[in-house]
Amino acid sequence: MRSKRKLEILKKSVLYFILLIMSAIMILPFLWMLSSSVKLDREVFNMNPFVWIPKNPRWKNYVDIWTKVPFFKYVQNTVILTIVVTALQILTSSFAAYAFAKLDFKLRNKLFFAYVSTIAMPWQVYMVPQFLMMRSFGLNDRLLAIVCLQAFSAFGVFLMRQFYLTIPDSLCEAARIDGMSEYGIYLRIMLPLSKPAIATLTIFTFVATWNDYLGPLIYLKSQNKKTIQLGLKMFINQYSSEYGLIMAGSVMSLIPVIIVFLCLQKYFVEGIASTGIKG
Amino acid sequence: MDAKAAEMLRKSQKKRNIKKNLIAYSFIAPNFIGFAVFTLVPMMFAFLLAFLEWDGNNPIKFVGLENFKALVKDKFFLASLKNTIIYSIGTVPLTLVTSLLLAVVLNQNIKGRAFFRTLGFFPYVASLVAVTSVWTMVFHASKGPVNAILYYVFKIPKEKLPNWFAGNLVLLMLILFSVWRFMGYYMVMFLAGLQTIPKELYEAGTIDGANAWQRFRYITLPALKPTTFLVTVMLTINCFKIYDIAIMLAGGSQNTLSVSAMVLVYYIYQNAFNFWKLGYSSAVAMVLFVLVFSVTLIQFKIQENYANE
Repeated sequence: MRSKRKLEILKKSVLYFILLIMSAIMILPFLWMLSSSVKLDREVFNMNPFVWIPKNPRWKNYVDIWTKVPFFKYVQNTVILTIVVTALQILTSSFAAYAFAKLDFKLRNKLFFAYVSTIAMPWQVYMVPQFLMMRSFGLNDRLLAIVCLQAFSAFGVFLMRQFYLTIPDSLCEAARIDGMSEYGIYLRIMLPLSKPAIATLTIFTFVATWNDYLGPLIYLKSQNKKTIQLGLKMFINQYSSEYGLIMAGSVMSLIPVIIVFLCLQKYFVEGIASTGIKG
Repeated sequence: MDAKAAEMLRKSQKKRNIKKNLIAYSFIAPNFIGFAVFTLVPMMFAFLLAFLEWDGNNPIKFVGLENFKALVKDKFFLASLKNTIIYSIGTVPLTLVTSLLLAVVLNQNIKGRAFFRTLGFFPYVASLVAVTSVWTMVFHASKGPVNAILYYVFKIPKEKLPNWFAGNLVLLMLILFSVWRFMGYYMVMFLAGLQTIPKELYEAGTIDGANAWQRFRYITLPALKPTTFLVTVMLTINCFKIYDIAIMLAGGSQNTLSVSAMVLVYYIYQNAFNFWKLGYSSAVAMVLFVLVFSVTLIQFKIQENYANE
């Protein structure tokens, strides 16, 4: 009995040791980022001795990033884009998914197949023809281009449909017998029941849009159209040796995503586990 | 029932069906129109573009397979293909092993489990620009802490300290960074897989005298096979699509990525938006498509075999 207890303790220690190393690898870069963001440039790389919190934290870094570049404009653009894309994505996806999951109509399977088959096709394969098309629509260098690009994804429809399939049909049938219209069923029954799916889609879309780099890089050329990622990258290139500033900008760009992530992370984890797509 | 009544019934049935279809289409339309215009149409156009020569302004020229013939001799393309494949070969198994290990550990009954799971996820949700800027600082050739440790602790002379973002080391950096960024994501998928394994199996294994490793080897691993396949396929496809990580870690700017960090998507981007060789760029995109498509196909085949077993 005694040796079994010992074994148990040994097992736990090994587990915690692995966890400790993993956590350190995960979190150290972020701590370093946070620490550097309130330092002078010469302090950032001072290893001997290394201090996590400098005696005189240089909060000015956080002020400077707003004045050296139009950081506020970048944030504003990104917030607008993210909100519009996420709202459109959820609205149109859940709307379409309701029909695919609960209604019987001509071409249903064919249309759904069209959606599913495109999920495997990387956007990078058709980003060039897409750009040419958008340019001919006059959407080049407009935020609207990014909205069109990201708001109508096959992934959203697929994810919402998978969730709606788990809601019993009898619920809709009963509502239909009571004389409720399909729109009413969607709005009053399906939508309120699908909170976890909506949370999952929200967080996926929010994170993807907020962090997107390649899309804005292709479409948004003028200074006042840039998103926070493009702006930060430009800022890094321009002030490549002002590390404290760069880190302050990086910290700022993380805050919204971290807030959204922490609020909705439970659903996010479920979402990945249940759908297993999009990486 | 007489013929007239039957006819009327049929007509009203038909009317109801049309109405039903119309309602359904009204649900689908807002998303489908956007999806068709901005995804389906350019997708089809991508296949066509690969056989054309076009700079976006001057007249379009049909060149047949010329673009593909040129690819075979293009050393930048070959480098990008090679780098993408080497990167994938490095990243896929490493991410598989680390995310599985993390999942197994975090599937145990330990304190702070939820906290550690959230932590594992952080690198994935953090903005790429932000985290790569830290990485480039940490591995900075002359000032970074990694090289400082190599110098002070391991006494490696200054002139022999590695430049992590040049030459062959770039690919290693890309691999390590990707493993760091993505292992939390795949950990969650493995966790989901682990939770489907019945506890009784482990109890039976313990009674039969199997030790922890044997239980892992003969119960966990076989039960996780479907998850492992899925993760492998997703990972491989995501590796083929790598671009932004290469730009951030090795590029500096969009126009100056060295041959050692050249990857397929970057080469697509460069040909299209720097050189305006749209047809040629689409030919490279077709190579990417074929790679992704093959991996997806293999996965389907394997899953089919599973279903038949």
